[in-house]
Amino acid sequence: MAMAHDHAHDDHHHEHKETFWTKYIFSQDHKMIAKQFLITGIIWAFFGGLLSIFFRLQLGFPEMDMSWLKPILGRWIVIDAATGTGTLDPEFYLALVTMHGTIMVFFVLTAGLSGTFSNFLIPLQIGARDMASGFMNMLSYWFFFASSVVMFSSLFLETGPAAGGWVVYPPLSALPQAIKGSQMGMSMWLISMVLFIASTLLGGINYIATVINMRTKGMSFSKLPLTVWAFFLTAVIGLLSFPVLVAAALLLVFDRSFGTSFYLSEIYIGNEALPNVGGSPILYQHLFWFLGHPEVYIVLLPALGITSEVIATNSRKPIFGYRAMIGSMLGIAFLSFIVWAHHMFVTGMNPFLGSVFMLLTLIIAVPSAIKAFNYITTLWRGNIVFTPATLFSIGLVSLFISGGLTGIFLGNSAIDIQLHDTYFVVAHFHLVMGSASFFGMMAGVYHWFPKMFGRMMDNRLGYIHFWFTFVGVYLVFFPMHYIGIAGFPRRYYSWTSFDAFSGFTDLNMFVSIAAIITFSAQLVFAFNFFYSIFRGRKAPANPWRSNTLEWTTPVNPGHGNWPGEIPTVYRWPYDYSKPGAEEDFIPQHIPFSQTPESNLPHEQELVKYEEVNAASANEIEVSDQNA
Amino acid sequence: MNTAIIAIGVVLLLVILLTLFRISRLITVVSGSDKKRETPANNTNAILLVLFLILGMGATFWYSYNYFGDYTLPVASEHGEETDRLFWITMAVTGFVFVVTSILLLVFPYMYRFREDRKAHFYPHNNKLELIWTVIPAIVLATLIFSGLKTWTDITSKPSADAVELEIMGYQFAWKARYPGADGVLGAYDYQKIDAINEFGLDLTDQASLDDFIPAEIHIPVGEEVNFKIRARDVLHSVFAPHFRLKMDAVPGMPTSFKFTPTKTTEEMRTELGDPEFNYEIACTEVCGRGHFSMKILVVVEDRASYEEWYAAQTEKTFLDLNPGMMEEVPENLREVALMSSGVEPEEVSESDVELNSSL
Repeated sequence: MAMAHDHAHDDHHHEHKETFWTKYIFSQDHKMIAKQFLITGIIWAFFGGLLSIFFRLQLGFPEMDMSWLKPILGRWIVIDAATGTGTLDPEFYLALVTMHGTIMVFFVLTAGLSGTFSNFLIPLQIGARDMASGFMNMLSYWFFFASSVVMFSSLFLETGPAAGGWVVYPPLSALPQAIKGSQMGMSMWLISMVLFIASTLLGGINYIATVINMRTKGMSFSKLPLTVWAFFLTAVIGLLSFPVLVAAALLLVFDRSFGTSFYLSEIYIGNEALPNVGGSPILYQHLFWFLGHPEVYIVLLPALGITSEVIATNSRKPIFGYRAMIGSMLGIAFLSFIVWAHHMFVTGMNPFLGSVFMLLTLIIAVPSAIKAFNYITTLWRGNIVFTPATLFSIGLVSLFISGGLTGIFLGNSAIDIQLHDTYFVVAHFHLVMGSASFFGMMAGVYHWFPKMFGRMMDNRLGYIHFWFTFVGVYLVFFPMHYIGIAGFPRRYYSWTSFDAFSGFTDLNMFVSIAAIITFSAQLVFAFNFFYSIFRGRKAPANPWRSNTLEWTTPVNPGHGNWPGEIPTVYRWPYDYSKPGAEEDFIPQHIPFSQTPESNLPHEQELVKYEEVNAASANEIEVSDQNA
Repeated sequence: MNTAIIAIGVVLLLVILLTLFRISRLITVVSGSDKKRETPANNTNAILLVLFLILGMGATFWYSYNYFGDYTLPVASEHGEETDRLFWITMAVTGFVFVVTSILLLVFPYMYRFREDRKAHFYPHNNKLELIWTVIPAIVLATLIFSGLKTWTDITSKPSADAVELEIMGYQFAWKARYPGADGVLGAYDYQKIDAINEFGLDLTDQASLDDFIPAEIHIPVGEEVNFKIRARDVLHSVFAPHFRLKMDAVPGMPTSFKFTPTKTTEEMRTELGDPEFNYEIACTEVCGRGHFSMKILVVVEDRASYEEWYAAQTEKTFLDLNPGMMEEVPENLREVALMSSGVEPEEVSESDVELNSSL
């Protein structure tokens, strides 16, 4: 068999000595690349979180003297000559909001989540030695790194980073005279995003190719863990939608630098009328949200996949409705492409389009609801072990429900008129997309840390981290619903100009304090993570008594993952607490012939085929060797 | 000095925390509880989840009930009452789902927390159950969609021919409003003509623009359909009048509009709220730069008579009246008309009043 031959070859290939550079820096091992993505993602998460603390200080304590931030923020803190008190520059406030969004959505929840877990888990869970192309995989990380460097550098520009919101709508983002952030900062934002998209595409193509071509013997699509299904569909969505953002960005570059009018028309700014006519800012919004909405699912699906795996494993129960879960994900993946304009109900887009997109948007709530119900049913009559990963997964489902339900308001164009661009929207997407995905990422880290580093994280610190974070995100984002229903607009530096928005100073202060505490609690995680890499307890081979293939590798798998032959897969990954079985789990590589006591009738039938297959496989191997 | 003391304090605190952490770890290792599956931590977490549910739900209902007046804005437009109704119907439906699913999600972990002597129930799927929770949400959502669709279609339908019409223009960082003046027709504009004086870029070769006026605040009559014609001249803005449940982006190069019927005059609203200072406000909800948070214009809703009185007074302060220098841009053949509509002579004024009434 050609595959078997390749693997044998691989084994020899990786015998030779690895240097520091090839092992840790320009590694082509999917596990190391995953760790690179993870650690970069964690650093970015702290950074993005810190930026939000700065603007939460402004919103919660508008009267505060910010001069103490001068050493960090420099000229962005304006010191009043008469009183000596410092205030945050309003344009920098917008830059903070913009960079917080960009960093969290793309660098943390896209690269940090998909980059980490797709890379780490796809080969390990489908039974492959590595990704289809280790080299492309390495490039994917380094494009991401280059993109990070460019984005990070833009923070130190004299005119500041991009400041038009993470959606960077033109003309604001196209005209350097409209806001300082649209000068060099915006150019760097665009460069960074193009590099980022290249990284995502290199990764995505690899994930897809690997899942389709490199599954081990017996690992049919109907036996794939839901994690892999989620990563696979995420990669497909990314591959189809990210190029559209490149197109949008490219046209924006043309408008900014080469005098075209794709998005610009009839503009008078800075005491002059610009020559551009005939463009449409709405075109940009369509292109942006054609990525932007699938992007929501790009960050959410991997988190849901991880949750499926963690909840099933730790409830000691099969995931309820495995096929329905796959069906829902397929439905979500498909529908995610045809709902984008629900972000644009009040942009002046043809109202008929609004009706169509409202219909499609609310349809997408059905597969989402199925997923939530299935998670709850999986917990029902389980035997639940509360690892930190379990808690984060339950937390994810809670946030997914809370944040998802408010989507039913916003997806209804008539209700959206009032709620659009208010704090209701901020509450909605921070719960359902931001926090839920973040919880999925955390669940993944706690669950697969032993496989990544061969050591255990400290459970007790994990619990502390979970409870501060879970209570914290609710305290931060739940009150925002009220602020939003009251009509408070997003991206406001201060609300004092309006009588209608003069209330809620106490609630805003409360939110800010909760945000600071929640952010600080992440330091517990950082300590636990980095400490455990070096000093954590040594991990056993299968600490969570899980069924999936990654736990059949050695505790510290080398490049190539399995020292010997890759195990063959005989069953689906969710045979937990099977009636008749002695243990409460039966890993995927255990043939039915070894478990006659727990086989279901149709599985007993399969035993015959197993024997036949084993015999023929042996024959092929022998003939291969002879050749 | 203070900084040094704080720094030492922080370091000491960290050392103490680290020591506590080390001790607790040693204890778990010695007692062997890290190897057990049925641990006290399992119970603690299960109980905390239920506690979280009770406290969270309690706080939510307590706040939602006691502060209802703080977070709900009174509504002052016809379609607003309709969208508010939809909002609260959706709130009832989702609120119910939220409570039920949250209880199940957070109580199940407590009920089924790990016990060594129990085995989980092998329950991989149940087609009937899955069908039920596919179909029910689908029906509920379909109902919500169709009621929403109807409202949305009504709101976005064409304004009636006799709607009061005015233009709102957004720019960095303010709103300006323009009324059609005595002739009831908004004059043409050209963005190339915009400058420090002619902020709207009024095209004064168009007769209809000669009597347009640009007041400092917006006045509209109560109980009549009003159509806001909306545009922007530099970047995106968005007209947001929270009490009217009205929001529409202002887009450079692509005029938009929003029609509505105000239901309460400013005075009525002041009485209702017990706030003599109350005013309807328009804000900006599309990020537009440094002054995004301060783009404001006031709206006065009044009865027909007061409105007409105000309107008549404004027609004597047209853009041309206030900027006589612009007369140069008016072509020769329209100069006379321009002078007439500027209301220099009393009979012309009464004439334009008549015209106004007929146009409204």
